[in-house]
Amino acid sequence: MTAAVVIEHLQKRYGAIPAVQDISFTVQRGEIFGLLGPNGAGKTTTIRCLCTLAKPDSGRVEVCGISAVKQPKQVRRRLGYVAQEVALDKVLTGRELLNLQAAIYHIPRSRAQDRIQELLEALNLTDYADQKTGTYSGGIRRRLDLAAGLLHQPDLLVLDEPTVGLDIESRFVVWEFLRQLKAAGTTVLLTSHYLEEVDALADRLAIIDGGLVLAEGTPTQLKDQVGGDRITLRLREFTPDQEAQKAQHSLNALPFVETVIINTAQGNSLNLVVQRGSNALPQIQETLTDIGLPIFSLAQSRPSLDDVYLAATGRTLMDAELAATSKRDLKKEQKQAMKTA
Amino acid sequence: MSQSISPTALAPKTVQAPEPGAVAEFIQETLALTQRLFIQLQRRPSTLVAGVIQPLMWLILFGALFTNAPQSLFGPEVHYGQFLAPGVIVFTAFSGALNAGLPVMFDREFGFLNRLLVAPLASRYSIVAASTIYIISLAFVQTVVIIGASAALGAGLPNVVGLGAIALIVLLIVLGVTALSLGLAFALPGHIELIAVIFVTNLPLLFASTALAPLAFMAPWLQWLAALNPLTYAIEPIRYIYFNTQWSLSSPVMAAPWGDLNFGVMLAVLLAFDIVVLLLIQPLLRRRFG
Repeated sequence: MTAAVVIEHLQKRYGAIPAVQDISFTVQRGEIFGLLGPNGAGKTTTIRCLCTLAKPDSGRVEVCGISAVKQPKQVRRRLGYVAQEVALDKVLTGRELLNLQAAIYHIPRSRAQDRIQELLEALNLTDYADQKTGTYSGGIRRRLDLAAGLLHQPDLLVLDEPTVGLDIESRFVVWEFLRQLKAAGTTVLLTSHYLEEVDALADRLAIIDGGLVLAEGTPTQLKDQVGGDRITLRLREFTPDQEAQKAQHSLNALPFVETVIINTAQGNSLNLVVQRGSNALPQIQETLTDIGLPIFSLAQSRPSLDDVYLAATGRTLMDAELAATSKRDLKKEQKQAMKTA
Repeated sequence: MSQSISPTALAPKTVQAPEPGAVAEFIQETLALTQRLFIQLQRRPSTLVAGVIQPLMWLILFGALFTNAPQSLFGPEVHYGQFLAPGVIVFTAFSGALNAGLPVMFDREFGFLNRLLVAPLASRYSIVAASTIYIISLAFVQTVVIIGASAALGAGLPNVVGLGAIALIVLLIVLGVTALSLGLAFALPGHIELIAVIFVTNLPLLFASTALAPLAFMAPWLQWLAALNPLTYAIEPIRYIYFNTQWSLSSPVMAAPWGDLNFGVMLAVLLAFDIVVLLLIQPLLRRRFG
């Protein structure tokens, strides 16, 4: 069966700034695919090109084998889009919004009411359907948005940051719903800057930063590729450069240690990669005591998606997020969101 | 979420239904979008209420303003109420149409427009059509109220044919101005800029027309401006219908600085105005609609 999504060498710039430099990935039918990256990575631009809200400068964008550039209307019939910010008309009731949605997706009027009722029940919205959307809480708005995106039974549901701003319970509810979607045969593509979300949901994922795809694969594949166990060592709460470098030098000499990175964003903590299953901790403690350095904290773990991210981009996702937030130009983002071609 | 969801509720369509045909799709979309605008009006009636009270105030206050003006100033056997009513009809329709772009601008800003653009619309012009139908409906309600009120104030009532012609003229001016406003809604960056343009356009266009005073009163330079103002080309024919029980397409309606214009020519100019505006906004809409 043709892949649900094929994106090859997508490029898109807004003015002088290349939002998407070169992005390629494929989403197979019936899987949940995650696009992981910090704000400003190019995820939303990629999604907008996919959903025909923006025209790519170059590259191949196909949904179920149909080109989004050449046959946008056919693509729109086959995908449902759940935007990052839920856009509702606050004087309309939920049901009235769904009626409008059904009409613009050309669902026959005879079918529309049944289909709306079906989704209202599936998403536990029947109590709220006849209240104005202006009265809805965040979780209910998100669920109504999900219903709206699924009315026309799309092959592919595209979600942009689906659980931002939701409380923990609502997030689990959305995750469970997406799993049910997959079980019923709908392909799901979501973008996220939450590691646990992608780890929990995605069959396959791609890591995006700076408008480029830096890694693609299943979570297990990516974690295995990244190699052995992780050790995080803090000599002090905030370690002076000299001590960190001294520790790095000595630890690198140990036979089971593969790499030692000094994480300047985290108070000069040391991130080590060691051979899998090695009895590393006691030997590290011994080495450090021998050269007279203290230990504030020491921990060992199997590689996580955070490590995959760090290996692919050179910084942790959280640090990338912080850097992006301080550089964010909200006015520019709103202008970009208002451009529709 | 419901524990027992039927598996088909969340499943994709197995077979794409055949498309119903572009015209049927266009009608379905346009009706639904128009319905949304009317639901909004029903839940926020203040726009219509204000839109009906304002022209009534103009009629009453301006009428009182010129109560003791010499009757013959405005035309033979005519009092100011009769002179003013066409001005208020056209000006009210114009104001409403000029604001047609605001809801669309808000939809752009709050992301609701994206919901429409991601949908497989037969044509994105259904968005334009829905706004136009809505504004025309409001304009007709306002026109009926103004005609009724001015009749009650002694301005008289045109016959059925006359009323039909007035309806057509109102339709023509509303069409052009709505298209202009929608074009601005897509061209301008935000609602603040749009409101500024509406603000700066609204009253000057009123005063540079024959809504409140006849052409003969004006300084020569203003006469030229008024004679080029599309609003004048709607006001004068309606005024002619109010003043004369007998009228035809060849009746001399306006004495422009360059010569006399008859009824038929006035209508033709309105039609040309509509066509020019629709052509002007094409590139704007195509850029936004892709």
